[in-house]
Amino acid sequence: MELLLQQVMAGLANGAIYACMALAVVMIFQAIDHLNFAQGEMAMFSTFIAWQLIEWGQPYWVAFAVTVLVSFVAGILIDRVLFRPIRNAPVLSQVVAFIALFSILNSSAGQIWNYTIKSFPTPFGHKPLFGISLMDTHEAGMIGVTLAMLGLLYLFFRGTRLGLAMRAAAANPESARLVGIRVSWMTALGWGMAAAIGAVAGMLIAPVVFLEPNMMLGVLLYGFAGAVLGGLTSPAGAVLGGFAVGVIENLAGTFIPYFGRELKLSIALILIVVVLMFRPSGMFGRRVVSRV
Amino acid sequence: MKRLTRRTILAAAPSAVVLAAPFVARAKDYGPGVTDSEIKIGNTGPYSGPASSYSAVPKSQVAYWKMINDQGGINGRKINFISYDDAYTPPKTVEMARKLAEEDKVLLIASPLGTPTNSAIWHYMNQKKVPQLFVATGATKWDDPKGHPWTIGWQPNYQSEGRIYATYILKEKPDGKIGVLYQNDDFGKDYLKGLKDGLGDKKAMVVIEASYETTDPTVDSQVVDMKSKGVDIFVNTAIPKFAAQAIRKAGEIQWKPLHILSSIGNSVGATLKPAGFENAKDIVSDFYLKDPSDRKWKDDDGFKSWIAFMDKYLPDADKSDAGYVAGSSLAATLAQVLKQCGDELTRENVMKQAGNLHDFTVPMLLPGIKVNTTPTDFAPVKQVQMGKFDGQRWGLFGPVLTGAVT
Amino acid sequence: MTAPPEEIAAKEALPFAAAPAAGAEAAVRVPRVGRIAYRELAIAAVIAVALVLPWVVTSFVMFQLTQVMIYGLAILGLNLLTGFNGQFSLGHSAFYGIGAYTAAILMHNYGVGYIWTLPAAGGVCFIVGFLFGLPALRLQNLYLALATFTLATVMPQILKFHGLEEWTGGVQGLVVDQPDPPAFLPVDSDQWLYYFTLAVVLVMFAAAANLIHSRSGRAVMAIRDHPIAAAAMGINNSLYKTLTFGVSALYTGVAGALGALAVAFVAPDSFTIFLSIALLVGLVVGGVGSIPGCLLGGLFVLYVPNIAESVSTGLAGAIYGVILLLVIFLMPSGMAGFARAVWARLSRMRQI
Repeated sequence: MELLLQQVMAGLANGAIYACMALAVVMIFQAIDHLNFAQGEMAMFSTFIAWQLIEWGQPYWVAFAVTVLVSFVAGILIDRVLFRPIRNAPVLSQVVAFIALFSILNSSAGQIWNYTIKSFPTPFGHKPLFGISLMDTHEAGMIGVTLAMLGLLYLFFRGTRLGLAMRAAAANPESARLVGIRVSWMTALGWGMAAAIGAVAGMLIAPVVFLEPNMMLGVLLYGFAGAVLGGLTSPAGAVLGGFAVGVIENLAGTFIPYFGRELKLSIALILIVVVLMFRPSGMFGRRVVSRV
Repeated sequence: MKRLTRRTILAAAPSAVVLAAPFVARAKDYGPGVTDSEIKIGNTGPYSGPASSYSAVPKSQVAYWKMINDQGGINGRKINFISYDDAYTPPKTVEMARKLAEEDKVLLIASPLGTPTNSAIWHYMNQKKVPQLFVATGATKWDDPKGHPWTIGWQPNYQSEGRIYATYILKEKPDGKIGVLYQNDDFGKDYLKGLKDGLGDKKAMVVIEASYETTDPTVDSQVVDMKSKGVDIFVNTAIPKFAAQAIRKAGEIQWKPLHILSSIGNSVGATLKPAGFENAKDIVSDFYLKDPSDRKWKDDDGFKSWIAFMDKYLPDADKSDAGYVAGSSLAATLAQVLKQCGDELTRENVMKQAGNLHDFTVPMLLPGIKVNTTPTDFAPVKQVQMGKFDGQRWGLFGPVLTGAVT
Repeated sequence: MTAPPEEIAAKEALPFAAAPAAGAEAAVRVPRVGRIAYRELAIAAVIAVALVLPWVVTSFVMFQLTQVMIYGLAILGLNLLTGFNGQFSLGHSAFYGIGAYTAAILMHNYGVGYIWTLPAAGGVCFIVGFLFGLPALRLQNLYLALATFTLATVMPQILKFHGLEEWTGGVQGLVVDQPDPPAFLPVDSDQWLYYFTLAVVLVMFAAAANLIHSRSGRAVMAIRDHPIAAAAMGINNSLYKTLTFGVSALYTGVAGALGALAVAFVAPDSFTIFLSIALLVGLVVGGVGSIPGCLLGGLFVLYVPNIAESVSTGLAGAIYGVILLLVIFLMPSGMAGFARAVWARLSRMRQI
């Protein structure tokens, strides 16, 4: 029983990482209706910028704030410069453009900052939470910040005019334009927000996994799985999905005999696909109804 | 004066040959890629792709040959070192190896990196009789002069290291419970095999074999699992990123097993510093190369020459990345082989000299560890030395050991 | 409906008042005939060049071109599913790997001749693809992407699994012998492999073109464009979608088997998600929904990483990304789409 509890807690700790990433994935999906393969690399690059600022002597919170701001602007720029010209291109072409962005960011980060792992500071410290060794203060802080971001996003989208405008632009661009909403700027804003959330995610994740150019690849895949499991239209679902993926994977690795240890990633993903069989839009996703 | 009969001429023949010998012996014998002024050498490595963190190994070789050329080359010939990216995918390695051998027509291919990548070209190189020298991986199979006479490894192979850990465990803690953390691919499984083979009848001491993939974010749950199962000997064969995570997590959950780290992940700068020195105290590991981030070497001559090389040719590189040590050491060994070839620069002679290294040393090998090969022994570096971390630096102890794997 | 040909011809003929009726008929017909002839001429020319190449280029370039054809075939498999049927797949590296390992295991463990490994690989992959297509019916777009991505991730893990090591060789992989040329032909084993691959690729490309231009092909494309309308017209969506999955997997599986013969080695690290991504990139760059585009995609997948690397080894990935972006910007419908647009503009200019 204690082992079960321990592994669930360890799974939640890992899951916090995935939940954070899943939130960023869903955020961009809501803005542009596509999966951004380069999301993880953008987050990684932002975290390196923060690291560099800290290396140059800036205090943590200054580096944090500057990085989030820079990432926001960079996200908007990437949208205006790279994706606006190909907005009308086929979906697959846009997906490939994301892949290209991934490649560019990954390679540049490796060239600029090399591949040795670096430790990244955390404002929460690394002590065991309440003295129990199941979760440490940073992991708890990560969960807290993720939930806080989720709350802020909820308030923004439901409670402000700008949030409403963004939702309208994503749901029905033509009608939104007719009402006077500048759709392309809404998309750019969505990109900026997703980049900023990604930066926060990166800065929360790096203290756990150590900062290096390839740190986000696995995280993005798990985050994607979590987002899909929760439902791509539901930010809360994505966060829950992220936690679920972490717990499932840990339990599979510990308790399934013979296959479990080596194949735990496969088992977790297969389980997600099975869930999708029964709920094809994810656990909490809304079925999108389109006019015939 | 003897008469010039057939007999006298025949009798004089040997001495004539001997007199002419210096002129005959100096005649040059060139294989492909060699001219009076140049030797072409090929190489492949992961400059891009998921294994790009090992790009330091080929990069340092490129820089090393530049240094050799600046110093005048080898026996008056400059080295044209052609290095291609294979992104750690075997089909690409095959393509690049064929390009080097068939289009660039190199004399030999030096230190391709990775086990599956080298496995992919193993047969081709031996079929086409192109030397595959000092491969940058520790798989056991490269020491096979009978079956694959054109391939030779370099570093102590992973199974021998595993055996050394087993011997150490049987001496220090013969009744403990072992947990192994290993990467789910060739080198990780090799370590595991070596450890279990070395334990022999006491194989059952291994209660947990925890693997991880390079795409896994953390290995924290594997560590937690080990503590909960009562493991008190932790064999940590992970690469720096995951080794550091494991060390840090063990410290966090206050788990203090007998902690054995492999040579892959024991760098002070790349692993122990991010993990936290307090967490790394009393960890034991094995070494054959000097750790550049360990300050105890700062007055050592070999170390100083390496630092000078890095400062001049790779000034922006992170010196705590062990890949730069490995790459320059591989290149230095090849430089010796080429020197020994003299003017007989054929592929056959290259292999002969590769199997003819006696007590050769490179600046970054530990004192006491030498490179030795014979025509039946294709394992250049076989020795390691154990060390223990005191919270600040590694303290080497004990004799130089060899894992003796056939 | 448009006006009858005679009326159009009459209107077009007005500036050339002396044009006879027969000439007007011909004025309508000739461009269409000319276009078909050009395409078939082009195909014939390409085949002729391909047949002659081994005697002109080095062994190494021939090896590269063999790989180009193999990637082109793999991309064609993906094209059938994603381009023509609209089902997004990130999992084709798994089918490629299954095909490659089927061939390797049959040859290595059971001594089967290399020719038989191709249909075996195709058959195994067809079944796997079909079976995977069944649950995939319920999933759309990104959810399907995740499911296929799962397939791509699970495959290397299974291949490395110690329980199956006896058959798969585990992490060490399996060595495959390169096929020997038949004794009566004056070619070496590299050339033989090239011609063998060329023959297989030609047959399969022709079959795919045939399929696409048939009623089944139109049904497949109808499902992509308007699934509800297609169902309303009596097309059995589920059957066609799963069959397409199977056929798509078959094509990529045969490509995988050929790949195993060409590289003479299989290992789990050769069949990761990165291969799936490379095939997707090749598909888009070549031209989604274009059969000849697949070969252009194959050229891109093989040569562009080399080009990127020759510019800068440290930033090879970044250069690759930049080239990819340029291609997407300049040719959003892929190289085949671009070629078609250029051709259309040229023929319009000729008519004026």
